[in-house]
Amino acid sequence: MLRPYFAVLGARYREVLQYRSAALANSVVQLFWGGIRLMVLAAFFASASTEPPMAFAAVVAYIWLGQAFFGLLPYSLDPDIQRKFLEGNVAWELLRPVNLYAFWYARTFAHRVADTTIRMLPLLFVALWVLPWVGLEAWALKPPPSLASGIAFAVSLFGMAALATAVTMLFQTTLFWLVSGRGLQACMYGLISLFSGLAVPLPLLPAWLQPALYWQPFRGLGDTPFRIYSGDIAASAAPTEIALQFGWTAMFVGIGYAVLSRGRGRLVIQGG
Amino acid sequence: MDRAPSGTAPRETALVDDRRQRKPGTVGLYLRLIGVSVRGQMQYRGTFLVMSLGQLLTHSLEPFAIWALFDRFGSLAVWSLPQVALLYGTVSVAFAFTDALARGFDLFGDQFIKTGNFDRVLLRPRPLVPQVAGHEFTLFRVGRLLPGLVVLVWALWSLDIDWNAARVLLLALSLAGTFLFFYGLIILQATLAFWTTETLHIFNLLTYGGVETAQYPLAIYARDFRRFFTFVVPLGCVTYFPLVGVMGVADPLGSTAWMQFAAPFAGFAFFGASLLAWRTGVRHYTSTGS
Repeated sequence: MLRPYFAVLGARYREVLQYRSAALANSVVQLFWGGIRLMVLAAFFASASTEPPMAFAAVVAYIWLGQAFFGLLPYSLDPDIQRKFLEGNVAWELLRPVNLYAFWYARTFAHRVADTTIRMLPLLFVALWVLPWVGLEAWALKPPPSLASGIAFAVSLFGMAALATAVTMLFQTTLFWLVSGRGLQACMYGLISLFSGLAVPLPLLPAWLQPALYWQPFRGLGDTPFRIYSGDIAASAAPTEIALQFGWTAMFVGIGYAVLSRGRGRLVIQGG
Repeated sequence: MDRAPSGTAPRETALVDDRRQRKPGTVGLYLRLIGVSVRGQMQYRGTFLVMSLGQLLTHSLEPFAIWALFDRFGSLAVWSLPQVALLYGTVSVAFAFTDALARGFDLFGDQFIKTGNFDRVLLRPRPLVPQVAGHEFTLFRVGRLLPGLVVLVWALWSLDIDWNAARVLLLALSLAGTFLFFYGLIILQATLAFWTTETLHIFNLLTYGGVETAQYPLAIYARDFRRFFTFVVPLGCVTYFPLVGVMGVADPLGSTAWMQFAAPFAGFAFFGASLLAWRTGVRHYTSTGS
């Protein structure tokens, strides 16, 4: 029964494996950005007048993981699905004997996960092994402090992909009304960068903002898994954090599903 | 400017007009193309507004992030928030202009070379650079310009600079040099497409990565990284060095006053060199067919 959903994932992997050099170029870009971010943050840490709320080693892990899993973030819509709306081929999708939400979810998930797996490998290789080897020990990504942290990180990373897909799906379903979606993407970028912690690790933002930052959904798109990895969120506290992450995912799935059903009801195909 | 009559005029008039001005000025052609682009974008006013708002939102959050880091750590080595804001504002304003005006070169590989559209450009008896540059004038970059401008004005206001003619000139040189430097980078990226057919997105390292780098003082970076962005890619020459001169503080990297004046000209030279490279690329061009 789940076969069509897994088939989509397999197809996407085969597709992205065709573009290995593009993926490598992407890794180089991510590495470079990570380097700039780290140099800036190291300079800030060196001039800290009070004890920062996060150890520098945790910040290093936060930055490198952010660069490695950048592709998971819901910055853009699935270009295939977007095209279907523009060209009217969305009518076809409605004819498939599968659950439309689940099928698109699987498709978007496959897109994000397949792209990211290919891109993260060179970056993690450099951050974990090459950097210590060339003598940049302090800038290297260390393994998680304990096995428990490592396992919790793996679960939370899956949660990050699931949440990112659910957020993308909600944006995607608005295409039933908006058609283009370019403007939406333009607005998504800044908000998600800030609230996921990609722009600045969330614990470094002002103390008075922290309660608000804790109770917003996008924290699960970076901050939660990255801090679990470095042990900044202790392994014992991880289950609560992961539960929150999945709770938000369920909420986005629920809203996305409802909006999709609404959109289907009023769909008018343009041309065809 | 002596403009040709609009579309409703009889065709002879246009021809006569053309003969009288034997060479339709490069600038005239460019301005006309930009006018067409602007009118085109104004047909989709909603898209323009939403895109501008998106840019405005994204680029307003950047200064917020910088402010938050200063709020948390107090200072960045010897640098204060207004000083970093001066760097941020200058590079943002200059790059917003580059980003808006260099779109044709930015899209060159994908939209001119790969599609074979460059053949059509070559067939027209008009200079190439204004045709490519005038391909699009991206209006919604105003969303990037505005936050940059606000930060720049705030920085100049709160830095309490002892203004004199030299400092005003330095700031102007830095803005112009940064604009030309980034424009040159994008022309180089387009030039490489003559050989690679596709736009090399790895160049984003130098453009967007450069913008990010130049938002903070060059002095905080690692030595080799600094050297790269001074001597290989002269980003530091157009932003950091002249702006330290504007701030009137001693440079931790030890640059002298005349160096700070000379440095932004590296941006002008870089732009010139990229145009030469472009010319070589055009000579090398073979069509991909269509």
